[in-house]
Amino acid sequence: MSTPATIALPQPERGARRTSILLVFTCTILGAAAQLLIKTGMSHFSPHWMALVTNVPLIAGYTLYGINTLLMVLALKNGEMSLLYPIIALTYVWTTLLSYTLLGEPSNIYKNVGIITIVLGVAVMGRRGNK
Amino acid sequence: MTPLVRSMLLVFTASVIGSLGMAFLKMGSAHLTRSLWSFLNPKLLFGIALFLGSSVFYAWGIKDGQLSVLYPMVSLGYVWGLLWAKLFFNEALTKQKFMGLGLILLGVCFVGLGS
Repeated sequence: MSTPATIALPQPERGARRTSILLVFTCTILGAAAQLLIKTGMSHFSPHWMALVTNVPLIAGYTLYGINTLLMVLALKNGEMSLLYPIIALTYVWTTLLSYTLLGEPSNIYKNVGIITIVLGVAVMGRRGNK
Repeated sequence: MTPLVRSMLLVFTASVIGSLGMAFLKMGSAHLTRSLWSFLNPKLLFGIALFLGSSVFYAWGIKDGQLSVLYPMVSLGYVWGLLWAKLFFNEALTKQKFMGLGLILLGVCFVGLGS
């Protein structure tokens, strides 16, 4: 099945690499959701403890950050840091898209060019053959 | 020191601390076993502490600064990350990684410009 171009990496290692990238990809979506939840929670922030423990968006946001860190650790266990860390920049793409759709922020050409360039960069990083 | 320079220094510090946090998470991940307790190893905990520290510097930095400049600066952390990856884990820094990172940094700058 394997073509000459792909024999550089043994099969299990290739699978692990893909799993790591998928884990980080999930992290970026959860991270964007966390940022949005924290932003929502902060908009009715009050330093009183009763207000804090009932601030569901804030608590949910920080919980997501916790889950995120766990997933990141699992990804790093079997993956390269130099490859996985920059992929987190995809978070910018999701937060921008969420701010358009959920917060109704106006779209602009800079942001659009920016998120397209980030996606291109991640695609270059993640392309097969990048050891 | 002008407020902008102060903010930039704070965000710069946050990017260095955050990238070191990521390196410690990677070191700690090597000690993971099937037991959930293995998540409580010193390197992993130190990595998480560095993340928290980094977010304090970041929040302090962006408090009264220009977001369009400061926002992209956080992504400098990816550059330090590449450095730590080479230094601590001897990972190969390929042309493809540099190209990908370059595009990502450019993209984040654009997003910053639009913010």
